Amino acid sequence: MFIEAGDIDALARGCAVLGTGGGGEVSTEALVARQAIEQYGPVRLVTLDDLHDDDIVMPVGGIGAPSVSAEKIGSGDEVEFLRAAVEGILSLPVGALMAGEIGGGNGLYPIAAAARMGLPLVDGDGIGRAFPEVHMASMNVAGLMPEFVVVADERRNSVLIRPIDGKWAELLARAVTEVFGGSAAMADYVMPVSRARGAIIEGTVSQALRIGRAVLSATNPVAALVEAVGAVKLIEGKVADVERHTAGGFVRGSVVVEGYGPDAGRLVRVEIQNENLVALEDGAVLACVPDLITLVDSQSADAVATEVVRYGQRVAILAFPCAPIWRTPRGIEIAGPRAFGYDFDYVPMEAGHGVQA
Amino acid sequence: MAFRLDLRLGIDVGGTHTDAVILDRDNVVVAKTKQPTSLDVTTGVRAAIAAVIAQPGVDRERISHVMLGTTHATNAVLERRRLHSVAVLRVGAPSSVAVRPLFGWPADLVAAIGGHAEIVRGGYEYDGREIVAFDAEATRAFFTSVKGEVEAVAISAVFSPMFATHELAAAVIAREVLGADIIVSLSHEIGSLGLLARENATVLNAALTEVAREVATALTTSLQEHGIDASVLFAQNDGTLMALDYAVRFPILTIGSGPANSIRGAAFLTGRTDALVADVGGTSTDFGMLVNGFPRESTSAVDIGGVSTNFRMPDVLAIALGGGTIVRQTPTGVELGPDSVGYRLPSEALSFGGSTPTVTDAAVQAGRATIGTMPVPAGHERALSSALDIVDSMIADAVDRMKLGKGDVALIVVGGGSVLIPESIPGVSQVLRPDHYDVANAIGAAIAQVSGRWDEVVSMAPGRTQVIEAACAQARARAIEAGADPEHIEIVEIDEIPLAYLTEPVARISVKAVGPLGRL
Repeated sequence: MFIEAGDIDALARGCAVLGTGGGGEVSTEALVARQAIEQYGPVRLVTLDDLHDDDIVMPVGGIGAPSVSAEKIGSGDEVEFLRAAVEGILSLPVGALMAGEIGGGNGLYPIAAAARMGLPLVDGDGIGRAFPEVHMASMNVAGLMPEFVVVADERRNSVLIRPIDGKWAELLARAVTEVFGGSAAMADYVMPVSRARGAIIEGTVSQALRIGRAVLSATNPVAALVEAVGAVKLIEGKVADVERHTAGGFVRGSVVVEGYGPDAGRLVRVEIQNENLVALEDGAVLACVPDLITLVDSQSADAVATEVVRYGQRVAILAFPCAPIWRTPRGIEIAGPRAFGYDFDYVPMEAGHGVQA
Repeated sequence: MAFRLDLRLGIDVGGTHTDAVILDRDNVVVAKTKQPTSLDVTTGVRAAIAAVIAQPGVDRERISHVMLGTTHATNAVLERRRLHSVAVLRVGAPSSVAVRPLFGWPADLVAAIGGHAEIVRGGYEYDGREIVAFDAEATRAFFTSVKGEVEAVAISAVFSPMFATHELAAAVIAREVLGADIIVSLSHEIGSLGLLARENATVLNAALTEVAREVATALTTSLQEHGIDASVLFAQNDGTLMALDYAVRFPILTIGSGPANSIRGAAFLTGRTDALVADVGGTSTDFGMLVNGFPRESTSAVDIGGVSTNFRMPDVLAIALGGGTIVRQTPTGVELGPDSVGYRLPSEALSFGGSTPTVTDAAVQAGRATIGTMPVPAGHERALSSALDIVDSMIADAVDRMKLGKGDVALIVVGGGSVLIPESIPGVSQVLRPDHYDVANAIGAAIAQVSGRWDEVVSMAPGRTQVIEAACAQARARAIEAGADPEHIEIVEIDEIPLAYLTEPVARISVKAVGPLGRL
């Protein structure tokens, strides 16, 4: 199957939904992807089974502040710099690209590079959604180490990091990104196909496409989205309060939605750190990480990013289940509520109605 | 120059009609007129002013303020007409080249502005460092290559809203190469962070300069001819008024003023605070929501003629359907517009004896409208009947897209082409057609408030509260300077963009103050 220029709109919508409020802005990355496909041709989407066991998969993505990347757009060459650095280290050719995270603009990030370099794109990613930190990856849950991380900028600078674990990979990559000007391209968890099996979350590119197509062709987009991802609609209402501040390179804060119609009289609060982490009502957890919580426009079902959510917007809050690997004890340890500083245990969204935080 | 508030002359220059109203101090409509918009604009404005001041009870000496609203800029973009050819320069390589300037624009709009674009090295990081040094030579080479082919220049540099030096340097080169009179639009004066949307708005602004100059000249000349000495203000996208010289520099700000005026005018005429408003002009129809007496603002990026920008504007859905929209029979069926006979409706439409089938003719044939000078000639029945079906489904679709929630809403219909709107529309509880509906825009312009904006990069060292208070005081002072009543000024917008990680805390603060015209 090929990703054509005409697929980008649907894919971008799906990635935004899986971005759970973060993962970077999709509109710019969608333009980048479309321009590259129009210039270099469509991108072949492959499963791990389509590749050889020793083919090298290079996961890539953008790292940094979304407000910076909306202003300082990439050159389009960054992934080539990453590939050159990686091939130099491994003395092996890169066989396929993959999105480090499917959520938000990062889900579209490898498409332009794959088109330019004629490399296939793996139908999968390393998160199945978006998460704020580098070590919050399914490869980490599966026990793989980010043996090296390469960070590159548009000027052709690149830095090779050899961290002792995922947390150090995050700290060092973020420090380098800062020096590069607040946004950069990154490759981590570079691995052969044999090790990617069971460590990546497969099928997420086609899932994003499916979500986007369902929403685009629907007469009731929110209902179509709920069905496409198996979501629970936590509330539909008006954004009654937004509190947002930037701390430690992240956007933190909360959004309160006041219900209308059948939800009149209810208030649901979503806590954010780049992504939507927890949905609460009267102190009870309705849903929390690593399950997905997405705010969508109540009419168009367009995902509403944490950086642009505004008072008065009419939204629905949807919750849907994360990939099974995140529900393992190690998955919960890495990206459950306690990993984000909350003092309560993970509540699966299917059960999350009335559990006191 | 402060003028004591007395009579106000509100003018709306639409694609088809130029309307004028005179309101007294109590907002009573003293006089009104509706004249065709002429190709040269001036003739129509002059005719409208002459007609309205000739009416009984109007003393031209007492006209203290003239407010002009125009959809000229919007129509020029929608119809790709009378736009300048623009040299589009982006300063930011090696960053930003992954999306070239004008990528994603409709091809006909790119063609209309010439499609000359280049990205040169330069631009800033968020912390004020240069990405790389500004490439003056490449800039000079680009402007030299387009010499004689462009009438305007649009310059956007990465992070220019914080650090404008590279944009200013490029502007100096543009004037050296292309002449001191070349029109230059700089992105840092037009939009906030978000390169592509800001660049798009800057390009449109440059392309629209001639349209804006034409309207401004038409207005000032006509006022002089009629011996009217008054404060002249232009309506802008947020529904407030700005000074004339500002409007000529930033014509993009007049985009959206038409809907803002018609929505506020519709609210004023009906006394309603919540309703859907349809303003049917000759070329296009704008749908907007009236919420608590004000236009609902868009929450997402605003699309102008297929181009995304980052302006906050009334949440308006514009469809290319107006009274003059041309009906064409093609081998595959009937097609509407998007072009319009515009002000030539009374000479070109079938029902006025002309030869061009328009949607107005479709409404006349169906008995929905009783205008024109003669019956619609035979031979067009099927095409016009199909056209009216398309009109109704376009309107029903637009209503459905603007509404929130499932309940029916009232629809206030204003504008000269409002005969197109049927009495019964799915999702609409009642169609209101208020008195003076035909001049609602001009009334909206005349009752608008004036604003003052202050926008600078400042040190936050004295403390956040103190800095913001100082900025608010500056914005208030500017609003008063523009004629606002000092007693009733409100701060309606405070935008603060912190520039993190500098040794001294610095932020860009933008404040807007608005108030009613001072009554003195």
